[in-house]
Amino acid sequence: MENKWRRALPPAAAIVLFAAVWQAVCALFDIDPWTLPSPAQIARTMAGDAPRLMSQMGATLRLTFEGLALGVSVGVVSAVLFHWIPAVRSALSPILVMAQNVPVIALGPLLIVWFGFGLTPKLILLVLVCYFPVAWSMMTGLGQAEPQLREYMAMIGAGRWETLLRLELPASLPYFFSGLKITAAYSISSAIVAEWLGGSEGIGHYLVLKEKGFDTPAVFAAIVCIVAGSLLFYGLAALLERLIIRWRPEPQRRGGGAG
Amino acid sequence: MTDENRVQLEAVDVAKRFRRGGRTFPVLERVSLTVRAGEFVTLIGPSGSGKSTLFRIIGGVERPDSGRIRIGGRDTTGERGHISYMPQQPSLFPWLSVRGNIAAALAVAGVGKAEAERQAAEWLERIGLGGVANEYPRVLSGGMQQRVSFLRALLMPRAVMCLDEPFAALDALTRADMQAWLLRMWERERRSVLFVTHSIEEALMLSDRIYVLSASPAVVLREIEVPFARPRRADVWKEPAFTALKSEILELLAGGNARDGV
Repeated sequence: MENKWRRALPPAAAIVLFAAVWQAVCALFDIDPWTLPSPAQIARTMAGDAPRLMSQMGATLRLTFEGLALGVSVGVVSAVLFHWIPAVRSALSPILVMAQNVPVIALGPLLIVWFGFGLTPKLILLVLVCYFPVAWSMMTGLGQAEPQLREYMAMIGAGRWETLLRLELPASLPYFFSGLKITAAYSISSAIVAEWLGGSEGIGHYLVLKEKGFDTPAVFAAIVCIVAGSLLFYGLAALLERLIIRWRPEPQRRGGGAG
Repeated sequence: MTDENRVQLEAVDVAKRFRRGGRTFPVLERVSLTVRAGEFVTLIGPSGSGKSTLFRIIGGVERPDSGRIRIGGRDTTGERGHISYMPQQPSLFPWLSVRGNIAAALAVAGVGKAEAERQAAEWLERIGLGGVANEYPRVLSGGMQQRVSFLRALLMPRAVMCLDEPFAALDALTRADMQAWLLRMWERERRSVLFVTHSIEEALMLSDRIYVLSASPAVVLREIEVPFARPRRADVWKEPAFTALKSEILELLAGGNARDGV
């Protein structure tokens, strides 16, 4: 336990130091809050606008969660399909890689043209963004099951489903979670872009309003919320990983004796 | 009892060749063998003599070019799911507990979940591994992992147990220990076993019959009845017949190698 606190100390100190320098620079050079608000001003703005920020944040988190859940599900199912049917994988993978390279900023407006300003285009955007890392890492993981375990399953006559459920899926979990953590960390930024493009709620929408009103402290307040949300999603994915993958030996940390 | 002589596993004139880069490599050349109910039969042969290929054909993972496999009196050539298997590496699932590993194998063989769990727990207790039933396999030593792997093969309700050099990766002391343990377990349970090994002593210690295979392409050089009484004594190697059989097999294997110019 003491070790854990000691590990958290350097990054926490760095953040505090960063905020202190920021605050000092703002005070020392008397910087206009319109250009760069001080941490204290941002905190005051957040406190003052708390109810609104909370409700907007709630909407954003809900959208992110729905998009993430949908994207991850589609990713897992298609990873299994690609794993089972290599022809489908080789046929579709160039298209998927190309689609992955279309910028969200270009795709968003098109989706709005096609699907209107409702929830649908935002969800589609999120699914497209969340899908790829999960599908690809999962697909890799499904092929990574140890050859000798694969041979064992074949020798005792396990079928395709049995091999998938008992061997390939568990073996792919570490890969799945590395994909999920990436996706979870940046899914909220994609939700912000989706809300920023069109809509009437969410932190992305709040950001648009505050930027148009040159309310820079509120813009920073929104940024703080977005970063916090992103950390929250990443943290949840990492927590889930720790809860599910329990068979791996505890990683030995540098300097830490206890495993 | 008529059951005594019932043939559980029969390989008839099994032949297999592999094609690689336009060339063909014959691996098995008309190999025939039988394992009767409750019989411990060993295949011994030089490395790369196609024993693993023969196992894969018996397991139905591969098809022979010609010849048939019959298990439990039925033609099962190219069909999976009729044997239980213990490989050289323990091959336990790292994400399942020791008990879960056994239960999973039983589930693949169609045993219900509750019954599989019950049997796994009961048997682990019986072989003195009850204390680690809920641990992950990685905390077990190599020898203990192989005991679990053997138990998993023993409990699967299949006509034949195929043990593929199960002790080859163990150190000498653990290996001797495991041989004695396997002997006791088998003499109590009397399952039909097909065992592969490189060790002549191991073969003579454990088996009722030994098939000596030649180097690749494999043929059966000789079928040897092992005359030592059951239950077998641990110092059976002191008997003159043991030494005689050992040199007979050694000569056969050496001759088989000489034929290939190895």
